[in-house]
Amino acid sequence: MKKDIDIAVIGGGPAGLAAALEAHRRAPDKSVLIVERDRELGGILQQCIHNGFGLHFFGEELTGPEYAGRFIAQLRNTGIEIMTDTMVLELSDDRRILAVSAANGLVEIQAGAVILAMGCRERTRGALNIPGTRPAGVYTAGCAQRLVNMEGFMPGRRVVILGSGDIGLIMARRMTWEGAKVEVVAEIMPYSSGLNRNIVQCLVDNGIPLRFNHTVTNILGRERVEGVTIAEVDPASRQPIPGTEITYECDTLLLSVGLIPENELTQAAGIQLDRVTSGAVVDENRQTSLPGVFACGNVLHVHDLVDNVSDEAILAGRAAAAYVTHPAPAAGIRRVSALSGVRYTVPQRITENASGKQDIYFRVGSAYRPATLVVKCGDEVVLTRKKPIMTPGEMEKISIDAAKITGDITLEIEEAHAQ
Amino acid sequence: MKTVEMTCIRCPMGCRLTVTQDGDSFSVTGNTCRRGEEYGIQEMRCPMRVVTSSVRVSGGRRPVCSVKTAAAVPKADIGAVLAAIRTLRPCAPIAIGDVLCPDIAGTGVSLVATAND
Amino acid sequence: MSRSFDVAIVGAGVVGCAIARQLARYELRIALIDAAEDVGMGASRANSAIVHAGYDCPPGSVEARLNVIGNALYRPWCDELDVPFKRCGSFVIGFGPEDEETLRGLYERGLKNGVPAMSLMPGCQARGLEPALSPEVTMALFAPTAGITCPYQMTIACAENARANGAEWLLDHPVTAMRREGDGIVLTAGGEEITARYVVNAAGVFADEISRMLGDDSFSIRPRKGEYMLLDRKSTCVDTVVFQTPSRLGKGILVAPTVDGNMFAGPTAVDMTDKRDTAVTPEGIARLTAMSKKSVPGIDLRAVITSFAGVRAQPSTGDFIIGASPVEPRLIQAAGICSPGLTSAPAIAGEIDRILRRSGLEMPEKADYNPIRKAIPEFRNLDNAQRAALIESDARYGRVICRCETITEGEIVEAIRRGARSLDGVKRRTRAGMGRCQGGFCSPRVMEILARELNVPMTELTKFGGASKLLVGTLKEV
Repeated sequence: MKKDIDIAVIGGGPAGLAAALEAHRRAPDKSVLIVERDRELGGILQQCIHNGFGLHFFGEELTGPEYAGRFIAQLRNTGIEIMTDTMVLELSDDRRILAVSAANGLVEIQAGAVILAMGCRERTRGALNIPGTRPAGVYTAGCAQRLVNMEGFMPGRRVVILGSGDIGLIMARRMTWEGAKVEVVAEIMPYSSGLNRNIVQCLVDNGIPLRFNHTVTNILGRERVEGVTIAEVDPASRQPIPGTEITYECDTLLLSVGLIPENELTQAAGIQLDRVTSGAVVDENRQTSLPGVFACGNVLHVHDLVDNVSDEAILAGRAAAAYVTHPAPAAGIRRVSALSGVRYTVPQRITENASGKQDIYFRVGSAYRPATLVVKCGDEVVLTRKKPIMTPGEMEKISIDAAKITGDITLEIEEAHAQ
Repeated sequence: MKTVEMTCIRCPMGCRLTVTQDGDSFSVTGNTCRRGEEYGIQEMRCPMRVVTSSVRVSGGRRPVCSVKTAAAVPKADIGAVLAAIRTLRPCAPIAIGDVLCPDIAGTGVSLVATAND
Repeated sequence: MSRSFDVAIVGAGVVGCAIARQLARYELRIALIDAAEDVGMGASRANSAIVHAGYDCPPGSVEARLNVIGNALYRPWCDELDVPFKRCGSFVIGFGPEDEETLRGLYERGLKNGVPAMSLMPGCQARGLEPALSPEVTMALFAPTAGITCPYQMTIACAENARANGAEWLLDHPVTAMRREGDGIVLTAGGEEITARYVVNAAGVFADEISRMLGDDSFSIRPRKGEYMLLDRKSTCVDTVVFQTPSRLGKGILVAPTVDGNMFAGPTAVDMTDKRDTAVTPEGIARLTAMSKKSVPGIDLRAVITSFAGVRAQPSTGDFIIGASPVEPRLIQAAGICSPGLTSAPAIAGEIDRILRRSGLEMPEKADYNPIRKAIPEFRNLDNAQRAALIESDARYGRVICRCETITEGEIVEAIRRGARSLDGVKRRTRAGMGRCQGGFCSPRVMEILARELNVPMTELTKFGGASKLLVGTLKEV
């Protein structure tokens, strides 16, 4: 099957849905196609049955499926084409997509513009070199979440969780509410990257201990997990301290140890990636280094709030629509650089054409209390923002008037001076 | 007189609150805004939580469908709510917002579907 | 009424399966028996995957002879069995005069063993051929006949070809006792009694225990663990197998590409007491990290996908034990097959063939013996026209289940048809779950397909048989 599509969106999760809808809104007579590998739209939100989504975007607290449902409902009568159960195999640098499905076989799509919205994958046990045996019962938290919330199965009854990011915290509660006993949550850092509300609602509410500066040093059990050993780590080296080991009897280890943007297609297309975010380098329109290819959502950088994903996807959708309607000539770019204290910024570039309020998202590298962010254009300070607290677990946003961005800009955290 | 320490969850600040109850009057310290004070008092009076879970479905595309309590219920009732959810066996089709149980575990709060099946 | 066979092969690792394949050419009733739920569950699935050139073996030893013969048989066997094999060559690298002495010794040994076309070269020349080698390398031995293969694909392919030609698989059949009865041997295995005229002992780390069942305790098998790290494809920076100089404990840590384009480092060598201990240790990882960096300083260890361990079957005799047992002539040993066991497997099969013939077993050739076995079609490696044809034949080849390795439902269904019953069984046959995400995305989907094809509830599924259940129950069990 061969198709010509004006705007092709790879991924039908929250990013892809919002981007497709915005692209259609902006360019109603252009064809829009969403290619989604799962049987249904919604992406990861399908399995995020907890609430906390949409407070900013809809002014209501929704569960993941409800949030996705709002966008899916809007697809009706738009003429946006959907191909589910379809996997994109290749993206070429001239915006040709090769996809495959059982229903349609190989599908070649020549796209006018492409929006990358593939989301991310979970970091694995192997990547952490966790020693021990390789029994059944070791799951990444997201995989366990899928089994529980979409297939309706219990992966285990006595659980140890490594990682106190939101997925780990949410699964601690989920498993408890389904009758499992969660023995402990171990977190290698001295703080959690998860939301405070989740620490309270998931761990404190259920009496589940949280051990900072701890990691898993052994997995026991030949066929099924029988125990997990955790140990304290040295705060500087993050290496286990011998003699601090505690072994918990359990049948399940859940790993919530990081998300990695899924950029295999992006890389194969020759698109420039940012080594810190593992996502594409983009400008304020979320256009990548390949003209006509845009990126948004978790594939671009891992988000905490889906509301931000939707905002970002709207930018990408709008820009993709503009690209196929009246492509602007390539403009000069200004770099946005992350300096001391700031781990990364998205976007990493701002074009000379940018106008109006420019939102720059960033994360800090450690916890700062208080935190003063300084934005400079050359040597000139263009913005200072002081907040009582900034942590790596909370994505931050600042807005700068494009008129102030007359050259490359930098973001950094100003260390508090001794009083 | 009863004093409890807790973390406020109303915003990313996570202020550490100290809430003191004397009879029916409360005093909250450590908060940096009004919402924190409200949270502290509610947590003392009657902590409330929204319960999200899933139900087994008959005849649906998927074996389970996600649900939530339409409003927060007392934290103390979570166990009863979950037990009641376990006994439900709604039939497909189910739409987001469908009331699957008008008064779950006697809380007065309804249990609604949060996904389509 | 027990089942009876001409030959019962105890142990369905690469050696047992190669023997089964060889014997399946004849009009013989063959049983391929294993305690585990699948073939190749021991060292055959956790080794260096190297087809060795043969310079490392002591001249005059059985392993030296069978290594070189086996190496030469690899191309025809892999062509017939549709198993990947790349004759990429191997380096043994030396860092300074002591190592150079060792390399010269290996070269001499290689000559005595009949290893073709080796050369000794200075470090700079080696780096010219393999730029990722350490600048500290002063000399290297290069052997062009060494290669890489996929050890579990080889095992599975031999077993499938044997089965296609009439051999029977008896999996989940641990052999707990053997006794002589009349002209043959009665084996108690997996709750039944099996009679065989001959028993071939290819039981890996348990070969000494099997042998003792018939009174032959002339050797013992000592388990020696080897740990490995597997790295992401993107980090692969060598084209050949790179060995360090061998020690008393073994061939030395290698860094090598795999036939799937990944790279791996290993093995360590640690003597064990527990034959079943395949746990990865922090010491092992630390050693692999340090040693692999020594050979290939640019190795990107952040790209580790997984680590695993295998247990070698080290014979107390110091050499392969191949031949009829002096205590029981109907017991044919193929024991103590540690490295170069994978390489030697086709040659060992030939030896066992000869030994059985010499023992008087009549072995008429099968008229319809088919040496050809086709692998499961690999969607990812086909061109678009081939892919379209494959999907036309079965639409399930159009549904990608494992995104990291691009494995389709059609392949998974075919793997199950061929005998996969567990998540790992599917993984070994198709590669689903071997990629970057290590099954995080595809496992639930593979489980659904297994449950459907095997017509069992998901809660019955295991990771690798036995008690390795993946799920403990269904939600909302009242």
